[in-house]
Amino acid sequence: MIEVIRQYEFLQNAFLTGMIIGIIAPLLGAFIVVRRLSLIADALSHVTLAGIAAGLYFNQTFAFLSWLNPLYSGMVFSVVGSLFLERLRTVYKHYQELAIPIILSGGIGIGAIFISLADGFNTDLFSYLFGSVSAVSRNDLWAICLISIIVLVVIFLLYKELFLLSFDEEHAKASGIPAKSIHFIFIILVALVIAASMRIVGILLVSALMTLPVAAAMRMAKGFKQTIVYSVLFGEVAVIIGLVSAFYLDLAPGGTIVVSSILILLLVISAKKFIKVG
Amino acid sequence: MNQPPIIEINNVSYRYDRDNVLENIQLSVPKGAFLGLVGPNGSGKSTLLKLILGLLKVKEGEIFLFDTPQKSFKSWDRIGFVSQKANSFNTGFPATVYEVVASGLTKKVGLFRLPGSKEKQEIKAAVEAVGMEQFLTRNIGELSGGQQQRVFIARAIVSKPDILILDEPTVGVDSKNVQSFYEMLSYLNKKMDITLLLVTHDIGIISDKVTHVACLNKYLHFHGSMKQFETLDETDLSDLYGHGIHLLEHHHDHQGADV
Ligand SMILES: Nc1ncnc2c1ncn2[C@@H]1O[C@H](COP(=O)(O)OP(=O)(O)OP(=O)(O)O)[C@@H](O)[C@H]1O
Ligand SMILES: [Mg+2]
Repeated sequence: MIEVIRQYEFLQNAFLTGMIIGIIAPLLGAFIVVRRLSLIADALSHVTLAGIAAGLYFNQTFAFLSWLNPLYSGMVFSVVGSLFLERLRTVYKHYQELAIPIILSGGIGIGAIFISLADGFNTDLFSYLFGSVSAVSRNDLWAICLISIIVLVVIFLLYKELFLLSFDEEHAKASGIPAKSIHFIFIILVALVIAASMRIVGILLVSALMTLPVAAAMRMAKGFKQTIVYSVLFGEVAVIIGLVSAFYLDLAPGGTIVVSSILILLLVISAKKFIKVG
Repeated sequence: MNQPPIIEINNVSYRYDRDNVLENIQLSVPKGAFLGLVGPNGSGKSTLLKLILGLLKVKEGEIFLFDTPQKSFKSWDRIGFVSQKANSFNTGFPATVYEVVASGLTKKVGLFRLPGSKEKQEIKAAVEAVGMEQFLTRNIGELSGGQQQRVFIARAIVSKPDILILDEPTVGVDSKNVQSFYEMLSYLNKKMDITLLLVTHDIGIISDKVTHVACLNKYLHFHGSMKQFETLDETDLSDLYGHGIHLLEHHHDHQGADV
């Protein structure tokens, strides 16, 4: 495997990207899951889909936009979508989850319009939906590296604020930390990570990579730091197994990565049962 | 007594939608006091605390904290808070007792900074003050309601606040442990010199520990020392409090009666 990776640049790109998102997606996922915001990741990934579709449509239809990487338009949509989402969550204070179907269906709706406007990017679209081992370019890799560094630095610097906000929002506000701004930064990070992850796992399965490793980690971790460590560990393992099997069996990596995560989850759940009984 | 009060509330009224739930409240909490704030359900106790803490915005009247107008008050780490909802938090949250208590230092340590060994000492001391040291690495969800409440108090006192504000902290604590819970509060008040503002329905049980009492029911009906409060007779009390009769009865026979 290592030899093959050395030979092909596209494989290097895919594996490096995979290893990176295997860290940042579960890392952010840990905060998302404990704040019960798992569905927000889903909503934003569908908005990203709209951005991707728009990008594909524009660079196919308008020659002067052919430089446009759909990754960037996806990112812009995702961030804008996150701003809308927050706005809706304050409008519907007591029904915050209502914001999610609104944003999610809006994303698919706009995506569907762009997809039908330009029929003819089916294979490309498939790779955006379910990920691809061959579609990650060097440019994508650099963009994803940059996003990851931003995410890691921000999480490191704001760790205790994010923890407090996740554990007890009211206390966060009462203790005088800028809870609103920190939540806002957090949602933008989520939007960025979704855009970064979709090249490998695909739009439809991004949220799985953010939540499944965390679900497994929570079964066995003592405390939040441990939850993060286990989440990242499980995420990495799932990505590596998923990418290798996707390459050799010629499958969409989104599928293999998610199935690996589910296997890990089942393994952890049954191991825990076994230990308890034994 | 010539020190300025820690909290000073002047003519505060508040309404959520239409009707005032607080009307013309005038209240001060002197340094070192253990003030019991009582009143029936819906009388505005939690609302008043939220106004003090800045969780709700004061629109009528004014609040001074440590002699500073609340609007320009910045040292929120001098005020510890244990909310009424503390025991309905997400119990599945994977956080250890240590992590929860450490989160009480967030504001004090400040943005972009990491807690160091001095903070570690402070966290251990706070956990010891509430008698929870043997549970440091337990997940918070694996503790009993009363133990969780102690952890939340540790979180509130870890930043060494001058005042601790508690909103019905004994909800979910069984009557056997309520007594030792209040002993602990009294210890914080007397030995660690923390001023206490406690919303409670158990004023009877703790009448030997509180120094001041305030009775709220939209209006502040009574505000004075425990001694003055005890001289009120039952008709005064039911006028003040609605069903104040229970208060003193409780005090006389709590030893055997309430299980
Ligand atoms: N968020 C809110 N929106 C509208 N009205 C509210 C809100 N919170 C409280 N109220 C109303 O304000 C009044 C005071 O409520 P508050 O929670 O302050 O009472 P309390 O004294 O703390 O009661 P309890 O003993 O039940 O905790 C009640 O009539 C309540 O219905
Ligand atoms: Mg209340």
